[in-house]
Amino acid sequence: MTLTDLTLQEAATQLTAGAMSSRELTAAHLDRIATVDPRLNAFLTVTAEQALAQAEAADAQRMAGGETPPLLGVPLAIKDVLCLQGTRTTAGSRILENFVAPYTATAVQRLLDAGAVILGKLNCDEFAMGSSTENSAYGPTRNPWDLDRVPGGSSGGSAAAVAARLALGALGTDTGGSVRQPASFCGVVGLKTSYGRVSRYGLIAYGSSLDSIGPLARTVADAALLFSQIAGHDPRDATSMPAPVPALSGWTENLSGLRVGVPREYFIDGMQPAVEQAVRAAIGHLQTLGATPIEISLPHTAYAVPVYYLIAPAEASANLARFDGVRYGPRAEADALWDVFEKTRGERFGAEVKRRIMLGTYALSAGYYDAFYGQAQKVRTLIKRDFDQAFEKVDVIACPVAPTTAFKIGTKVDDPLAMYLEDVFTLPPSLAGIPGLSVPCGNDAEGLPIGLQLLGPAFGEERVLRVGHAYEQTTDWHRATPAL
Amino acid sequence: MSLSREEIDHIAALARLRLTEAEKDLYRGQLSAVLDYIAKLSEVDTTPIPPTATVLPLRTVLRPDVVRPSLPVPELLRNAPDAADDMFRVPPVLDGGAEGG
Repeated sequence: MTLTDLTLQEAATQLTAGAMSSRELTAAHLDRIATVDPRLNAFLTVTAEQALAQAEAADAQRMAGGETPPLLGVPLAIKDVLCLQGTRTTAGSRILENFVAPYTATAVQRLLDAGAVILGKLNCDEFAMGSSTENSAYGPTRNPWDLDRVPGGSSGGSAAAVAARLALGALGTDTGGSVRQPASFCGVVGLKTSYGRVSRYGLIAYGSSLDSIGPLARTVADAALLFSQIAGHDPRDATSMPAPVPALSGWTENLSGLRVGVPREYFIDGMQPAVEQAVRAAIGHLQTLGATPIEISLPHTAYAVPVYYLIAPAEASANLARFDGVRYGPRAEADALWDVFEKTRGERFGAEVKRRIMLGTYALSAGYYDAFYGQAQKVRTLIKRDFDQAFEKVDVIACPVAPTTAFKIGTKVDDPLAMYLEDVFTLPPSLAGIPGLSVPCGNDAEGLPIGLQLLGPAFGEERVLRVGHAYEQTTDWHRATPAL
Repeated sequence: MSLSREEIDHIAALARLRLTEAEKDLYRGQLSAVLDYIAKLSEVDTTPIPPTATVLPLRTVLRPDVVRPSLPVPELLRNAPDAADDMFRVPPVLDGGAEGG
């Protein structure tokens, strides 16, 4: 077995047993990146030298004996919206093409503290705005299952890198589906964490009331291990909650007594039949493990797309005001400061970012605030209440991640509304701030992966991980490997 | 709803975005279509419903009011396109300014 085919937990076990060194494991991943990534474009920056130095330090620490941290010597990669001190951090944008992060994001620092080796920074839609990674200023990432298709987005580089065995795990971010949907499209596991569960310090902000950081990996147990390392309170993010991180062990495949909500609004006309069949079969499989499916209704589901595409762009228009050619990034030269702002932003932001800044600015502007932004915030309350009421009757909710499998590069990028509708099943949980897991649950006729979405109440990650683990360990979908 | 060319100009000015004529035409059409779709929100009766600004329980987060070290100034200026004397340097803000600084 080649080293890059190991799961994260298998690799950690072998490192502990001394069966291989972190240097060997890290070099194997760097070799594979050099061989495979020119076809995928998953990495924007490969930090090979630092990674090998971290690996050697990890090996030395292990040789010295004593207690070792859980990720010691494990090679991972990071979405390029998270700061890593001394490393270029672009957010997929030309407006940050030469930005070198002066500090490290808390989530990344916690991985480093746990002993992880960082292989580099991963491609994404510009400022995490998109569902296909086609909005990256550095070219699209390609889906390892079919190089003509998108990997999903915005954490497309993270999902593609994990699926293609370029890293044992990765961090992504999810504002409206950006961990779950690429995980689904690339056939890997992705966890959207509860809002407030993982510190956002050092994350380049997009939609501040929605942004969350979460792991992508090849198994649920791997994702759970990464989650347990990055979760928890951080005084540097006032929205990070002082909630205890649950123990993630002792799971069984017995789901007796588990009530699984099946929301009727998540099986709609126009979705790809293979997706509906695979997700319904997965729910049937949970039943064979002892769970009881219960049909439920989340009546405000259809309003999630318009609510999200007002709230997130409104927050983005404020967050991205800081990119003005003064403090970082290249500056467009002009004689007056106002012209510097307008030219720098006009020349350096990509089409989708400008579109969302325009939409958000409009929604917040005088005369339209109540009708658009204010109304969206009220309907958001109704969407959240739908979930609150559902979780009085069920323990988890099972549904599709996306209405389709991975689509061809170039087919939706000129039609923003069609692209926004890709997010129809991932936006409601984001607006409610609850955790969601994408687990591989099938393929369509073209062999493209399909994801099962498992949702839990706020701070109920343990529950969705436990159910996802039981499903995964009794099925084989997660073992499928793209031929590259 | 259809956005007018003047509205596009106004929004771009508020957002400090210099757009080309082609971009203005493109965004006018695309944003009008998105706003048409978004208009379905007005179907929902939200009269008694409070807005959600955050999904977290509302709380005030306090920390001790003590001086802590910040990131070193040279580190922060390293990414700036232009800097001098521990400051970001920009062109004149007001008309008639002869010197930048």
